[in-house]
Amino acid sequence: MSFVSWFKDVGIADRPTVGGKGGSLGELTQAGIAVPPGFVVTTAAFEQFLKALEAREPVRAKVKELDPADLGAVTTLSEQLRARVLEEKMPAEVEQAITEAYRTLSPNGEPVAVRSSATTEDAEDASFAGLQDTFLWVLSAEDMVHRVRECWGSLYSTESMTYRLKHAFPEEGVAMGVVVQQMVDARCAGVMFTRSPTTGDKSVITVEGAWGLGSAVVSGEVTPDKWVIGKITGEISSREISDKHARQVPAEGGGIREVENEADRRKAPCLSDEELMALREVGRRVERHYGKPQDIEWAVDGDGSILLLQSRPETVWSARDAAAPVKKPEGNALNHVMTIFGGRK
Amino acid sequence: MADEQKSFPLPSSVKVMPGTEAAQAAFPYYTQFTPEDDTRFWFYNSMHFPEPMHHFDMITAEAAYCALGSFNTRVHVLPTTKGIDHRIINGRVFIGGVPVTDPAEIEARTAEFQQRAFYYYENWEQLYDQWKEKMKALIADAQALPTPSLPDLEPIETTHTGKGVAANHALIDTYRQQLEGYFRMWHHHFEFLLLGYGAYLTFFDFCKRAFPEISDQAISRMVAGMEAEIFKPDEEVKRLARRAVELGVDSHFHDDMEIEQVLGALDQLGENGREWLKELDTSRNPWFNVNVGDGFYHYHRSWNDDLSMPFAALPGYIDKVRKGENIERPMDQLVQEREQLVSDYRELLDSDEDRATYDQLIGLAHRVFPYVEGHKFYCEHWYTNLFFNKIREFGALLRDHGFWDAEEDVFHLTHYELESAIVDLMLAWSSGSDPIGPKRWPAIVAERKKAIETWAQETVPPALGAVPDVIDDPAIVMLWGITRENLDAWLSDGEENEHELKGFAACSGVVEGTARVVKSVKEISRLQQGDILVCQVTNPTWAPIFQKISAAVSDIGGSMSHMAIVAREYGLPAVVGTGSATQKIRDGQRIRVDGGRGVVTLLQDEVVLEDA
Repeated sequence: MSFVSWFKDVGIADRPTVGGKGGSLGELTQAGIAVPPGFVVTTAAFEQFLKALEAREPVRAKVKELDPADLGAVTTLSEQLRARVLEEKMPAEVEQAITEAYRTLSPNGEPVAVRSSATTEDAEDASFAGLQDTFLWVLSAEDMVHRVRECWGSLYSTESMTYRLKHAFPEEGVAMGVVVQQMVDARCAGVMFTRSPTTGDKSVITVEGAWGLGSAVVSGEVTPDKWVIGKITGEISSREISDKHARQVPAEGGGIREVENEADRRKAPCLSDEELMALREVGRRVERHYGKPQDIEWAVDGDGSILLLQSRPETVWSARDAAAPVKKPEGNALNHVMTIFGGRK
Repeated sequence: MADEQKSFPLPSSVKVMPGTEAAQAAFPYYTQFTPEDDTRFWFYNSMHFPEPMHHFDMITAEAAYCALGSFNTRVHVLPTTKGIDHRIINGRVFIGGVPVTDPAEIEARTAEFQQRAFYYYENWEQLYDQWKEKMKALIADAQALPTPSLPDLEPIETTHTGKGVAANHALIDTYRQQLEGYFRMWHHHFEFLLLGYGAYLTFFDFCKRAFPEISDQAISRMVAGMEAEIFKPDEEVKRLARRAVELGVDSHFHDDMEIEQVLGALDQLGENGREWLKELDTSRNPWFNVNVGDGFYHYHRSWNDDLSMPFAALPGYIDKVRKGENIERPMDQLVQEREQLVSDYRELLDSDEDRATYDQLIGLAHRVFPYVEGHKFYCEHWYTNLFFNKIREFGALLRDHGFWDAEEDVFHLTHYELESAIVDLMLAWSSGSDPIGPKRWPAIVAERKKAIETWAQETVPPALGAVPDVIDDPAIVMLWGITRENLDAWLSDGEENEHELKGFAACSGVVEGTARVVKSVKEISRLQQGDILVCQVTNPTWAPIFQKISAAVSDIGGSMSHMAIVAREYGLPAVVGTGSATQKIRDGQRIRVDGGRGVVTLLQDEVVLEDA
């Protein structure tokens, strides 16, 4: 049983052992798309940990007994379980495996991101996006181990437990992978949809971005710049450059902090047209790889390279994609012109 | 429901500008607003007639609406629309569509339309080939017409051959033949046009529904033809540039050259110089028969009449040839790009049914589009140029007989008045007495010149009368882009940012640079490398200077205008139809052109004000 899997060795099919984010990063790595290197702390590691935890006092049984409507009880249990997850000693074989992987990834203490990768998240029918934790700019093995534990603990957040109970996810199947990935010191970052979030149009790519780390865009701290790009033509049909008052940057002792943007930077577009074109290329490649529109997180590092931090299938519009055609073919193609010449229908 | 304030002025409330009453009254009676016209909706046709009309030039509106209406109403029988009426006030042409609203009539017209228009679609290629033959024959007829002249005495051959017709008869005969040809040309012009636009718009409508955010440009790039005659003049300039280098005469072409001097010098130069001049003649006939405007005004002269345009482009092209750049259009690549676009969009469709519909629609659009692009060269350019030049010949003849001072003064007469002046001259010649015209016309010409100057200073309301609930006339939507949304935007005019001009997005890209406000083709040589061209109406025949500029902005034009096609051809950001760019942008001002959004931003306004 392996507690650690490297991105290059996993794919989307490995979701049960590495979670949605880990599987997606593995899939992208295998498809040759630039992703900051990293590994996944597998669900086997989580199960090993949980076994030790359950040995002292039940966990899953208590979650199952909850009434999701009883917010008081859910909150109380959440606090208890999260405290236990933070206090429980990590099984030695797990700690050794992830610490070794960390040293390989980060031989000189390069900063890493530690991100939850639940087995249920980023599925096509259910996005748990945002319900679990992400820790940026983690600087030591010790801290990394602690953050892994916190990610595990986030499975027992009030929101996560309530969501699972309401959607009747079997608690036995719930496990958490954790992604440990080299940090990108992003000059700018953001998200990209390979179809329009407003109209569902598959012929455009929408890019949103702001200065600094992408967390500011994802969390909504900063109004990002927004562009609409023709997926096929590459024309930039819409540009909304926002007043980006602040950006998130690495903090001294680890973690991130927010700094004010200089006046001339606030209203400057965070991406050049060339970078937008490069993003469009990457977006098209990922979409082609998966065969369906994607919701992507990206970053541009100091030397201008584009790196993807995540890609998941777009869920909102794909659920709505109507079976009805735009227009049925005609026996005589000429009848189509009556759309224009026949008056309003 | 309609907001009381959201209405345009009534036609009857538009007053004739003081001092121009006689000039207004001289337009034909059927083009004057009547009290009944207050009940209809009219809009200012600023796309085709952006400037006050000379009295003669109104023949263009008359002939065009005569032909357009005939085909809509009685030949192809469009179900929901008949023709277009036109009126003129203060020199401005207002037009109003005649919609069909009775459902029973629409149904009856639909049945007619399907057996008439569908015949055209089904036999498109064959009918279009036939059309080109008709047009070439019509052009040949016009070219064969004699230059009007009146000898003092008939040549002796008239007697010796028993010709039996004197020279003054040829005047009226030539004039009437020329008018006949012009009206006929406009019929040919509309023989296919609305059907072509209809097929294009059907595909356009499908694309907009399948891909709600697709740009107009992307759709037209999928349809655009590659071999259209309208690209030929520019290609000929490129060819002349290449030949100049090959023949070693290229050093004669530079930015500050005097065209006449260059032509003279090349003639003196010997064999290679004369060889190049021969090449120039080959290009001129027929390809330089293109006007620098849309051809709707007599003063939109052709390249042949004024070589400024091609010569302004030659140094730039020659420079590129010297550097070994390939300047000819890469046809194979363009065709391949178009096919790629078509198949890439097809791939994004969700179902087999949609793909089948898409194939039907793009197939039809590709069949009809060569006409939509190709007719312009023959009609608006070549024939129109011949026509106005023939009228100039009458202008010169009447000038020589004292009717007015300058050849161009002839355009201040309506086509009826010109006929009467010609008859006046014919009578005088035959009776041996003096014509009456020289005592009559100079004062009228002077009065009308002044009227045009007065009218040019007036701001024109974009529309007149109550806004209809629905604009459902495909002709009006197609040709003028008049939609309910546009009208609402016009009504709310004045709320926009004063540093921003909005227009149609013609070709995407963002460029900042120095604006060069070019009022006429005479100023073309002022354009420096990298300037942003700002002009009233950009035209496909300005294509050669697109190699010099970094972006283009125009007052007039829609996203389907040929200017937009040329901008895309050169990959230059362009915003067309801003309404007032030439008035609001100062020559030399820095501006930003965002061709994707259709927005022009005026920069450094303060600096310009300080300098002023």
